[in-house]
Amino acid sequence: MSRSLGRMSADAAHQRTASEEEFRSYYGRRVLKEPVWEWFVPAYLFAGGLSAACAELAAGADLTRRPRLRKAARLGAFGGLGTSMYFLIADLGRPERFHHMLRVAKPSSPMSVGTWILVAYGPGVGVAAVAELLPSRLRRSRAGTLLGALARPAGLASAAVAPGVASYTAVLLSHTAVPAWNEARDRLPFVFTGSAAAAGGGFGMVCVPVDEAEPARRLAAVGAVTELVTSRQLDERLGVVSEAYRTGTAHRLRRWSEYLTAGGALGSLVAGRSRAAAVVSGLALLAGSALQRFGIFEAGVESTKDPKYVVVPQRRRVDRGEQA
Amino acid sequence: MTVSRESFFGPLDDVSGDAGYTEHPQRVGFFTDTSVCIGCKACEVACKEWNLLPDDGFDLLGMSFDNTGELSANSWRHVAFIEQPAPARESSPAREAAPAREADAVDLGLPSFDLPGAGTGEETRTDFRWLMSSDVCKHCTHAGCLDVCPTGALFRTEFGTVVVQEDICNGCGYCVSGCPYGVIDRREGDGRAWKCTMCYDRLGDGLEPACAKACPTDSIQFGPLDELRERARQRVETLHERGITEARLYGEDPNDGVGGDGAFFLLLDEPEVYGLPPDPVVPTRDAGSMWSRAGVAAAAFAAAAVSVFFGRSRR
Repeated sequence: MSRSLGRMSADAAHQRTASEEEFRSYYGRRVLKEPVWEWFVPAYLFAGGLSAACAELAAGADLTRRPRLRKAARLGAFGGLGTSMYFLIADLGRPERFHHMLRVAKPSSPMSVGTWILVAYGPGVGVAAVAELLPSRLRRSRAGTLLGALARPAGLASAAVAPGVASYTAVLLSHTAVPAWNEARDRLPFVFTGSAAAAGGGFGMVCVPVDEAEPARRLAAVGAVTELVTSRQLDERLGVVSEAYRTGTAHRLRRWSEYLTAGGALGSLVAGRSRAAAVVSGLALLAGSALQRFGIFEAGVESTKDPKYVVVPQRRRVDRGEQA
Repeated sequence: MTVSRESFFGPLDDVSGDAGYTEHPQRVGFFTDTSVCIGCKACEVACKEWNLLPDDGFDLLGMSFDNTGELSANSWRHVAFIEQPAPARESSPAREAAPAREADAVDLGLPSFDLPGAGTGEETRTDFRWLMSSDVCKHCTHAGCLDVCPTGALFRTEFGTVVVQEDICNGCGYCVSGCPYGVIDRREGDGRAWKCTMCYDRLGDGLEPACAKACPTDSIQFGPLDELRERARQRVETLHERGITEARLYGEDPNDGVGGDGAFFLLLDEPEVYGLPPDPVVPTRDAGSMWSRAGVAAAAFAAAAVSVFFGRSRR
């Protein structure tokens, strides 16, 4: 494999078609810039997904009269959203300018779209959570009564936006030149919504007694299976770029994610009979979801460091005479 | 101004008009002809001085005469040096100009008017060549950085170039990952994204950008993009006639993945050899399909969330 120029390059030019590993570059240096995002961003992907799935569970629990699931899920949605906002702002180069995001609404920027999705999502989550937290002596006050009446419509409104919160982050990553994220564009939304559902379901299993947690267990199982199936496709179906998912830190994170998610999904089948099993399975699902996000993030970062992921697929396209 | 598919992908005749300018000057750009670049780095220096860019630290990269390495938040021109084995040319211009003399002439190492090696015949020359190229922001017709900027800090100027407004940028870093050329970057300690402005301030005063002004060989040519494209085509023809068949243009084609570059190049080898992506595509090309996939995933997510509340309890 010749990554550098120097004396190898003339040979490499002739051998390039022999193996997909052969390619030319500028002294083996990266072509793209590494994402400047830090761990805040994958942490946000997890927290945002968790919040969205909790908002769905909260609305369903509200309508089907499961008060304990409703309370836990509303608080989970609120907590997930709060940490999300912290992560998002902390990752800015100029955090004090976070409100510049609100100057424009720009459909071509998934980050702008996401900003406005969160603006639509946040208030409902906030109202529903505050209504849960209101001390009983304040509930009979005029403001308390109003809040109590608003909680359901607010929760339903946020639940209507929640699928957007859970899925737009996939576009956020894929709408970049980062090879591992861009090439995964057809599959990432399903990995992310699956991961979100698994996390939200897991959260419900941890926080809510088993007799009310049935919807959480089902959501966890559905989400986990979706995540496991679609996540595997990233390893196998993205050509050269799949290597970024199959190697290094990204691989280790995602392998552990797979074990934990699969274990949690199996555990959810018996979690209806044992609270201990429910808590352990739920924690496994939460951890699996988080590791998935960190793994995918890491694969993207790695794919910008090695010029192979940029040059090999593009060179192949040019040599085949395909137009972009 | 109408927004259509052409606003995001494919050839676009009037970039400034598409961005909303009703009256605007001609689109301008750079044609960097690397066949005459001598690697003097005057462009790097002129850019640093005019734009008051911070230094990158004293960093010897140990790979060539290039110690800048790549374009960055603080280096808006970057001269690449490629040391390459190259077989002696069948009919090189040098050979035509200075036919080989008797091989037994003794070389005393004195300065002469002949090209180095011309006196001995080319069979004794080493198979080696230098490629030099001054890289810069491409000011794409469809700019990945501009499309993804969530604050409006990045904007299309009346000249058709792409510029960051430093008082708006909040350092979200999305442009850094949005650029298919790896040009724009966030400045450490500053937190904002920076890149070549094609000397927007100078353009406004009718001046050419500092790098083009400083270039002693006219390797960097500035002007209306249409003229530059025509000039570049002629230059490639000339080089091909002289037997330099590897000369090719990079980034001039409006049908490429970014709708053509505002700053394009004449290269003497494949783009990746210069650290350039062979076939860059603006991520926005797939925005529609990405959002529809996300829509399907979102619908499935919602359907799952509703359905888990129905049906017989298994407990």
